[in-house]
Amino acid sequence: MQGKLILSDGTVFLGESFGAEESSSGEVVFNTGMVGYPEGLTDPSYFGQILVLTYPLQGNYGVPSKEFWESKKIQVKGLIVQNYINNPSHFESQKTLSSWLKAEGIPAIQGIDTRALTSKLREHGVMLGKIVIRHSSFAKSTNNEERKADFDPNLGNVLPFVSCDGVEVYGDGRKNILLIDCGAKMNIIRSLVRRGAKVTRVPWDFDVMDPDFRQDHGFDGVFISNGPGDPKQARATIANVEKILEKGIPTFGICLGSQILALAAGGNTYKLKFGHRGQNQPVQDIKTKRAIITSQNHGFAVDMKSMGQDWEEWFVNLNDGTNEGIKHKTKPFMAVQFHPEANPGPFDGGVLFDEYLKL
Amino acid sequence: MKKILVLGSGALKIGEAGEFDYSGSQALKALKEEGIETVLINPNIATIQTSKDLASKIYFLPVTPYFVEKVIQKEKIDGIFLSFGGQTALNCGLALEKSGIFKKYGVKVLGTPVKSIQITEDREIFAKELASVDVKVPKGGFAKTVEQALKIGEKLGYPLLIRSGFSLGGLGSGVCENKEELTKMAGNALKHTSQIAVEEYLRHWKEIEYEIVRDKMGNKITVCNMENFDPLGIHTGESIVVAPSQTLNNFQYHMLRRLSLKVIEHLGIVGECNIQFALDPKTNDYRVIEVNARLSRSSALASKATGYPLAYIAAKIGLGYNLPELKNSVTHSTSAFFEPALDYLVVKIPRWDLQKFVGAKESIGSEMKSVGEVMAIGRSFPEALQKAVRMLDTGQDGLLGNHIDDTKLLPTAERLFAIAQSFNKGENVENIYKQTGIDPWFLHQLKQIVNFEKGMKSLKEIPKAKKLGFSDKVIAKTLGKSEDEIRKFRKSHGIVPKVKHIDTLAAEYPAKTNYLYLTYHGEESEVRDSLFVNSSTKNEVRKAIVLGSGPYRIGSSVEFDWCSVTAAQALRKKGLETIIINCNPETVSTDYDIADKLYFEELTFERVSDIYDLEGGSLVLSFGGQVPNNLAMQAFKAGYKILGTSPESIDRAEDRNKFSNILDKLKIEQPKWQSVKAIDEALKFAKLIGYPVLVRPSYVLSGSAMNVAYSQGELKKYLEQAAAVSSEHPVVLSKFVEGAKEIEIDGVGSRGELLIYAISEHVENAGVHSGDATIVLPPQRLFLETVRKIKTATKRIVKELNITGPFNIQFLAKNNQIMVIELNLRASRSFPFVSKVTGYNFVEMATRVMLGEEITGDFKTIDLDYVAVKAPQFSFNRIKGADPRLRVEMSSTGEVACFGDDLHEAYLKSLMSTGFKMPKKSVFLSIGGQKNKLDMLLTAKKLINLGLKIYATENTHKFLKESGIKNQRVYKISEEKHPSLLDLLRDGEIDLAINISEGSATEKGETDGFIIRRNCIDLGIPLITNLQSAELLISALTSKKMDDLQIKSWDEYVAGNVR
Repeated sequence: MQGKLILSDGTVFLGESFGAEESSSGEVVFNTGMVGYPEGLTDPSYFGQILVLTYPLQGNYGVPSKEFWESKKIQVKGLIVQNYINNPSHFESQKTLSSWLKAEGIPAIQGIDTRALTSKLREHGVMLGKIVIRHSSFAKSTNNEERKADFDPNLGNVLPFVSCDGVEVYGDGRKNILLIDCGAKMNIIRSLVRRGAKVTRVPWDFDVMDPDFRQDHGFDGVFISNGPGDPKQARATIANVEKILEKGIPTFGICLGSQILALAAGGNTYKLKFGHRGQNQPVQDIKTKRAIITSQNHGFAVDMKSMGQDWEEWFVNLNDGTNEGIKHKTKPFMAVQFHPEANPGPFDGGVLFDEYLKL
Repeated sequence: MKKILVLGSGALKIGEAGEFDYSGSQALKALKEEGIETVLINPNIATIQTSKDLASKIYFLPVTPYFVEKVIQKEKIDGIFLSFGGQTALNCGLALEKSGIFKKYGVKVLGTPVKSIQITEDREIFAKELASVDVKVPKGGFAKTVEQALKIGEKLGYPLLIRSGFSLGGLGSGVCENKEELTKMAGNALKHTSQIAVEEYLRHWKEIEYEIVRDKMGNKITVCNMENFDPLGIHTGESIVVAPSQTLNNFQYHMLRRLSLKVIEHLGIVGECNIQFALDPKTNDYRVIEVNARLSRSSALASKATGYPLAYIAAKIGLGYNLPELKNSVTHSTSAFFEPALDYLVVKIPRWDLQKFVGAKESIGSEMKSVGEVMAIGRSFPEALQKAVRMLDTGQDGLLGNHIDDTKLLPTAERLFAIAQSFNKGENVENIYKQTGIDPWFLHQLKQIVNFEKGMKSLKEIPKAKKLGFSDKVIAKTLGKSEDEIRKFRKSHGIVPKVKHIDTLAAEYPAKTNYLYLTYHGEESEVRDSLFVNSSTKNEVRKAIVLGSGPYRIGSSVEFDWCSVTAAQALRKKGLETIIINCNPETVSTDYDIADKLYFEELTFERVSDIYDLEGGSLVLSFGGQVPNNLAMQAFKAGYKILGTSPESIDRAEDRNKFSNILDKLKIEQPKWQSVKAIDEALKFAKLIGYPVLVRPSYVLSGSAMNVAYSQGELKKYLEQAAAVSSEHPVVLSKFVEGAKEIEIDGVGSRGELLIYAISEHVENAGVHSGDATIVLPPQRLFLETVRKIKTATKRIVKELNITGPFNIQFLAKNNQIMVIELNLRASRSFPFVSKVTGYNFVEMATRVMLGEEITGDFKTIDLDYVAVKAPQFSFNRIKGADPRLRVEMSSTGEVACFGDDLHEAYLKSLMSTGFKMPKKSVFLSIGGQKNKLDMLLTAKKLINLGLKIYATENTHKFLKESGIKNQRVYKISEEKHPSLLDLLRDGEIDLAINISEGSATEKGETDGFIIRRNCIDLGIPLITNLQSAELLISALTSKKMDDLQIKSWDEYVAGNVR
């Protein structure tokens, strides 16, 4: 089976299909992590995106059972790699990457010059794209019809597709943390539960200030999760967070959650040219000057200049100076743009969970 | 900090090689940028770090506490770096700290505190420290005696592993299957060290390494992780290594990463370090094997694998910088606090030269034996692996067809090929995994390569073959075509490799440097316009491609890297766009800022041609040793422009017949020789010229070596057993001249005129390979007449071959007669030596004349006010079972050179630089042959005068006694009486052994001799096997005391020589 990737600027990449025999479209983004494809593919933040992995060998250690995933299914719209490895070797492997993709109906192409593709996305910025799979070989040209991607995850609110359906409770710790699920990675929940917290997970638009709910589920703090898309589309969540902030409840945002917190606090967000997606992003604590390596997956960022007087920059990206975290000067509100929960990626930021739970 | 001392690692040896030239050079560069005055102590004259521009002052002195203290005192040093000169520098630093020298002179140790180093160097303390932060180390214990070791062994059960502290390349470690083996190995190891670790043997666990950087604030990163292809038990220096890891999932990768950071935080490392883990392939269980609190071979590899300049950054951190304050050296815009993301993988394969050693075992294990390594970059494992195989330059073009026995899956230097051969015969992955413990992931990849090669049928499969890393040569062989046909087909169909950058960030940010590789897994070459301007002038000499020397091996190592780097710098100075091709991660030439572009690539004709097609310009083949030199004719025929002496002249020098005719024409004498194709023919010719004869087999796989036959019997035996003479593989016989002196001339020709030259003499008579010889410059014992004759002959040769560029000629001299034995139309091993000793940079001059520049002048290279001696460094202690006797085949792994006011001073300094300890108590003499005995008489008398006691075996004892020299007889091992020599050696009674054997020693005598020599090596007792060396050493000891050895910098000797 042959695969064709068509970018919205007309660039075509041809390769060999190793996923489902289906066509698909979405925003094409790249991630530079060298491990972690099962975690990445199931990360809901990738919803609506075609993922390009820059490490050239993928599939090396197969696919582990569901308990290791970040959500219940593969979230990406397609996967693009240089070389797919069909002979995995790992004691936790249950199946090959190819059979997993096929079972979940996700197309994937290998044999693509992922470095050339990445350089293109870097120069041009992220683009919409389309994957077409068929038996016969393709021409390396395209037409306007093909160039038009059917799906743009930034145009509407995509949170309903990735959030949970109802309230779910994890763990039985003394502290109850409310997690607003905008497409939460399972490891946020695992990280909190492992540290002795109880986690109450609610859908993205759930009215957490509803008195009945608060009576049943009295919570000590709020986590706003990561998730896909343009934060400004998450209007209901922003409105809810505004209410939470009014009450002064300790609140922590991760990734999209950071952007939502910023918007709820009256700040602004903007789209980055090609985002940060990888496991090697350096961020520095403005005050202590201590730096850590973080896992990141975002296309939007908080505009620090837009934040009010009460807020201060917490972390900054050492590579490009973009905001990586915000903190209220007096109240227990804070957020980070990176992923302290890791999976995939380094655990360096995990200490933030400890600090938060001490609040 | 105003003045900082950097310690080098001395000569290249097994376990401590070129990587420390890389790390020291980067450190010096980092210090220079800060305007700090630097002093370097390193007797390795062939290194780049001992070139003019890096350190402010250089001392060619032994890296030992005695000399380092003297330099500290003289130079008034403020701070010292111990971490850039390998274990040698580290051990020296630890000793100085212990004796309070740093405190006494107020010297601050920069980088990782000595206390942290001490923890990592003592296995017992290390284990305790790690346990205190809940990090697992192998179960086991520590033993100071064999009895203690056995006790621990009993508790752990067999098999188990022993390891020794203060190890350098894992010396004295290994797997013991039972009590007997433990007794033996523990006994041996405890002779070199006071304590060993006896540990659980984690059979078939994976071995994973991380390279870590931490600043004084505690910011830390892991720059690279690496996975050993071979499981635990094979030293990482002996293992094929891939980066990044291939079989670790996200959890394992980051679990080990987190542990790495935890460990170095606890240890308080400031700078760079390496941590090695064992990982259970069936669970996530792990052990920390060791931490190297210094730059290491692995860190050099990691630097090249990622583009992250570890040594440079470590030096900056040592000066007090924190990581976030430093910039990424590749992008120039992003932070140095980050972890490189690779979008390729690298494969490292060690290069062994075990066949160069008589009696060496072919097995590999937990001790290092390899002498070099290559690194290949690709975008698939098969592509990188097959590249690496070719880079080794051992004659293999691929995995199959190497005539390698597939029955031996035991770890040997050739295991990779044995596995491939097994797959070729239909073996399955599971069985090979069970036998080898190599992760099935790697085995599947190998199998894929083998299956493809077996099934390859048509030209249509070339694109796929190329993606799997097959060379044109192998494709041609498989498809029954010529290599040239394949290349033409390929190029006409646009099947060519694409250029990609190594940029540390997987294309996330644009790279400002040109660290490049080629891959067939790509559609586009990353060509930046600014670099390819003037494509219309592609063939003009505005662009030059310098070929490096490939993997270090016996006979070709750091000296050729110095030559390549120096040539590249000279070309850049002349305004040429300069490109380097090389594939050795231990080199400075593969630092991406040495040239305008670096292709980290193969030095095969195919790859050079791929690059030439892209770049054009001129090829520079004269500075990387024999590897690039061998490409001259092929490149010439392909129409490529080559700088310097015409390849036709190179061919006339390399072709024995043609060269012989030239010498006849020029009336220059040469030893009689003939190329023979059958034993009868050989015996007939040998009879004609008389024994001894030198036998030189033509190159065959697993190369049989050169040898000297002293009788018809020996010649016959040798030709039957080793050389396999045939019409296809003729053997060259030549007269072996006994008692002749060997003299070398290194020089530069300019359009047939001799521009500059240096004449050096060997201490040892002919019969010791020039690479193993001790070399003196300027010559001290040559007749003027001989010098004049050598010069005249040289001028004639330079004219006849119209030499423009570097050359080296080797002469024999006996009774004022000279003979030419070899000509190399390229820079030789001794170019850095003669350049640094005379003060004239021969390589730079050669490069300039090759570009057409006219240089004139008188160069003072003979009448010097000082003497320099270059001494070989041997690594016999690494090669178990090898006979350490010097022969016509080279076996040294490195060299040093020191200066002195006279020969004796320079010789003693050089000898000490190779680790030689001066005798204080008693010397053992065993001199074979009547002539040798007579020659030794005077020397023996001097020993007595020095107050040394002499022990001797039967014949030597009798001879000395009859000559009135007091000595005590000891029994040979074969005499089975006590006290035997072995007893004395083991008891530490003897601190120098002089064992001179006669050319044609009897077999029995040789067996005894071998046991003596081998025991000296295994017990670390200084050994001399050459008569002339012995004479010189004893004379030098007689005339010089330690206090007479002056502490003078390179400048102080040479500055006056060059106007």
